[in-house]
Amino acid sequence: MDREDGHAPPEGANGAGGAGGTAWYDDAAGPVVRPYALTGGRTHYDGVEFDLVALIITADAPGPDDAHPGPQWVPEPEHGMILELCRTPLSVVEIASDLELPLGVVRVLLGDLLDHSLIQVRRPAPVAQFPSERVLKEVIDGIRAL
Amino acid sequence: MESVRSDAAPTAGESALTVKILVAGGFGVGKTTLVSAVSEIRPLRTEEALTEKSIGIDDTTAVASKTTTTVAMDFGRITLPNGLVLFVFGTPGQDRFWFMWDELAKGALGAVVLVDTRRLADCFASVDYFERRGVPFIIGVNRFDGAGHHTHEQVRDALDLPPEIPVITCDVRDREDAKRVLITLVEHIMRSMSRV
Repeated sequence: MDREDGHAPPEGANGAGGAGGTAWYDDAAGPVVRPYALTGGRTHYDGVEFDLVALIITADAPGPDDAHPGPQWVPEPEHGMILELCRTPLSVVEIASDLELPLGVVRVLLGDLLDHSLIQVRRPAPVAQFPSERVLKEVIDGIRAL
Repeated sequence: MESVRSDAAPTAGESALTVKILVAGGFGVGKTTLVSAVSEIRPLRTEEALTEKSIGIDDTTAVASKTTTTVAMDFGRITLPNGLVLFVFGTPGQDRFWFMWDELAKGALGAVVLVDTRRLADCFASVDYFERRGVPFIIGVNRFDGAGHHTHEQVRDALDLPPEIPVITCDVRDREDAKRVLITLVEHIMRSMSRV
């Protein structure tokens, strides 16, 4: 048996968890584990909060020499998929639905993109706290006209 | 709060005029059907993985026995002719996923609580939740074949609703009826504002 394809033997495949030998996940964790592999295990983004209905827009391509300091960032394919989707503004919840990823994962990925100035975020207008009568009338007229 | 035109180059942080309405109620009461009836897109579904932090605030006995727990919610988008974008979210059917409700309720204009009169108790948790959070809501009694005909007053009594909260009968499969439900809610929100 040659192992030149680079694949680790199965018994070593879950060694990423580190020493100790006790697997930190088991069958009960189910497929929940996999999506967060995309984020390097991060489940939270510490920057802005991405509202469910905030609109995400892919930013104009930044200058090529405007390199970010620090280690080279290697985006996941999903980062590219988000940028592709958001050429037309799309809400956070729609991105999650289109990519079939949990919201938490999408928020971490969006955080990466925001950190690298690759997207812009339009927060939803805070209509709920103090909705103006005009906005509510517009909503009613809009629904009637459907 | 000006409506945002899509032709203008968006700048970060600029507000988009999106509004959010929730549809709540027990399992199988017609939440997704109502969302589909008004949505311009086929209703989308998104899921959130349940994390340790999320559970434990409520009864987790049912959760513990499951291998995978995700919370699914259906939603639809409606671009109104005047440029406003309305999102209609069906709340997760299981009442124990309160953490998701909190996120949904944040910034929501109001809620429609759908009721099946054969299983009236299914909506108690929703009614309770919106009352406590001060989220304006109305009751939509979905018309099911074979459902006993309860009067609105009977429903109102059973739910112990104050008189100003509208109770309407609807067929959520019917687009015009679904529109009427949403309009009734927004009109109710306007009236409750003027009372303050």
